[in-house]
Amino acid sequence: MARAAVKAKPSKSAKSKAAAKRTLHAVPRRADPFTLGGQQKVEVYTSMLRIRLLDERMMTLQRQGRIGFYGTCNGQEAATIASAYALRASDWIVPALREAGAMLMRGFPLVPYLAQVFGNSGDITKGRQMPSHPAGRAVNQVSWGSCIGSQLPHAMGAAWAAKLQGHDTVVIGYLGDGATSSNDFHVAMNFAAVFQAPVVFVCQNNHWSISIPTHKQTASESIAIKAKAYGMPGVKVDGNDADAVYAAVAEAVARARSGGGPTLVECETYRMGAHSSSDDPTRYRDQAEVDAWKKRDPIEGYRARLIAEGHWSAKKDEALRAELLEQINAAIKTAEALPPPDHDTLFEDVYFDLPWHLQEQRAQFKAALQRAGGSLAGALPGSAH
Amino acid sequence: MATLNLLQAVNDALRVEMRRDNRVVVLGEDVGKFGGVFRATAGLYEEFGPQRVIDTPLAEGGIIGAAIGMALYGMKPVPEIQFSDFIYPGFDQIVSELSKMRFRSGGQYACPVVVRTPFGGGIKGGHYHSQSPEALFIHQAGLKVVAPSNPYDAKGLLLSALRQPDPIIFFEPKRVYRASKGDVPEGDYEVPLGKAQVLRAGEDVTVITYGAMVHEAIDAIAKAEAQGIDCELIDLRTLWPLDIDCLVESAQKTGRVVVVHEAPRTCGLGGEISALLQERCFTHLEAPILRVTGWDTPFPYTLENEYLPLAPRILQGIEDSAAYIA
Repeated sequence: MARAAVKAKPSKSAKSKAAAKRTLHAVPRRADPFTLGGQQKVEVYTSMLRIRLLDERMMTLQRQGRIGFYGTCNGQEAATIASAYALRASDWIVPALREAGAMLMRGFPLVPYLAQVFGNSGDITKGRQMPSHPAGRAVNQVSWGSCIGSQLPHAMGAAWAAKLQGHDTVVIGYLGDGATSSNDFHVAMNFAAVFQAPVVFVCQNNHWSISIPTHKQTASESIAIKAKAYGMPGVKVDGNDADAVYAAVAEAVARARSGGGPTLVECETYRMGAHSSSDDPTRYRDQAEVDAWKKRDPIEGYRARLIAEGHWSAKKDEALRAELLEQINAAIKTAEALPPPDHDTLFEDVYFDLPWHLQEQRAQFKAALQRAGGSLAGALPGSAH
Repeated sequence: MATLNLLQAVNDALRVEMRRDNRVVVLGEDVGKFGGVFRATAGLYEEFGPQRVIDTPLAEGGIIGAAIGMALYGMKPVPEIQFSDFIYPGFDQIVSELSKMRFRSGGQYACPVVVRTPFGGGIKGGHYHSQSPEALFIHQAGLKVVAPSNPYDAKGLLLSALRQPDPIIFFEPKRVYRASKGDVPEGDYEVPLGKAQVLRAGEDVTVITYGAMVHEAIDAIAKAEAQGIDCELIDLRTLWPLDIDCLVESAQKTGRVVVVHEAPRTCGLGGEISALLQERCFTHLEAPILRVTGWDTPFPYTLENEYLPLAPRILQGIEDSAAYIA
């Protein structure tokens, strides 16, 4: 991806404004803006399935030792995709751990997406973050750290800036149920309501924050109800029903865009898998609970609905699966073959320029590398490349 | 040219830049109608209105976090943290988010936020209105740290800072907000970041300091001169990345260095300067590099003059350095 393209600031030119108005979706929206048409449902379903298949492949790669870490979206595909589908291309996503897949739906190419997982030179973020932490300015998806909840004031601030500048951009800030305990959740909700920022907080209540169940995270009767005290609407929806998620988020986005301020949408869903590839949920979670939620699988359910509504068929589904898997496998092959990031990238982007101390340390690094015969691998397990 | 105090110079810089660049917004506690508890933003609300001079809820994490979002979106927010002692609720946002955004996004996103905050003691403010936490920010990759000592530099450095592409913590020495007065040009000018200023040339001992302690050092150096010790005084102005060439040149000339800061000694900027200079000037040094600093205690209310490295202690440091014979 061209550096200039991803660095471009929100432009005020007429051309880019026109581009910003275009929606992401191939199909024109129906008269009822909160209900998806048949083709739109198929688009949503396709993106959900893509992530499911991708996540399955990634977990296999992780177990094979080909990638270091992974956090899946497994079970939360409807909450992720159908919420992001309610945005325009010009709108922003400030994600948490499980929303990376929204980038793909919004047009981010698969190979650099996977290169981020491999952390190699094909990653536009230069291999600097763990897998599942991508960012793509070209699709207006901001970089996430790993500190829970800290992204929420950013979502509020970006939305506030859009409002102050007279843009009609809306921002979705994603969070999990655990993040509702963080101080940043509180300040973001409070600031958003006080300044009526056009932000929608989408909480993926997947019932578990690693090993802590939601009832130990909060004594509130729901997460959505917390919105009331901040002075904004709070909505709770079945997060495994893509149509319900879309309707709730699209309504909140429309309200935000028209000057109606922020909304908290709680998507009740379930983390079907582990927190991450480093986690073992059998140590703290009852399998019967997982089995019960399996019956509410968002992808299975949506496929059945689409077929029942006449938008989809088993034959089409089989063809789509094969096509997506082929794309994914081809992209994995391409991405995995790329070399690691150049050594110089270690010192770049700390600042806009390279100040003297980093110039000096870069020279020291290169000298050390040369003196050590080209490898700075250490003695501890995992210290070799 | 007008005679302004340091506070007026800060205010003037904000006004100049807000007139020049409508992406600049000021936000913080009491910065709007009230004009800030120190009056640093006085009159800005009247000129630029509530959309650009914004009173926020009382939450430093929200002020910094929201400013990060605004900067991501292309604005130039200038949050004020009322006292640097109150910056810690926003510390995670500064160290984990603000300073890392450019790096972790591969250069896709920048956060050119200038956080203004008064620092330092001597105002009978007790622990929670007196600290100097600059070293905590210097230790974070991705931040620039600035601390002017006088009105001319305050305006020029702030204007430079506001035009930089990187996040900056701009520490204002509140002890001399009003006490430090000087000629300040009207309109636009910049004092470049990363450049120290030699306030007095001398041959015997180099004194390196910044912020309010520059004024104490001037007094100590005058008394040292009476004893026949000729000091060179360096005002760092930019604390990080600091002007290493200026420091090395002076240390090689005098061979004797005293670093002065209000902040506690251990892991303070003085320790880093000492390490940098011994790495570069080892054979030139004629005495150990001395640190005259605040003690490693919480900042006291009543005994603040005993805590602070004021002129008598600075003079003793100069005397000890000058008298040292290897």
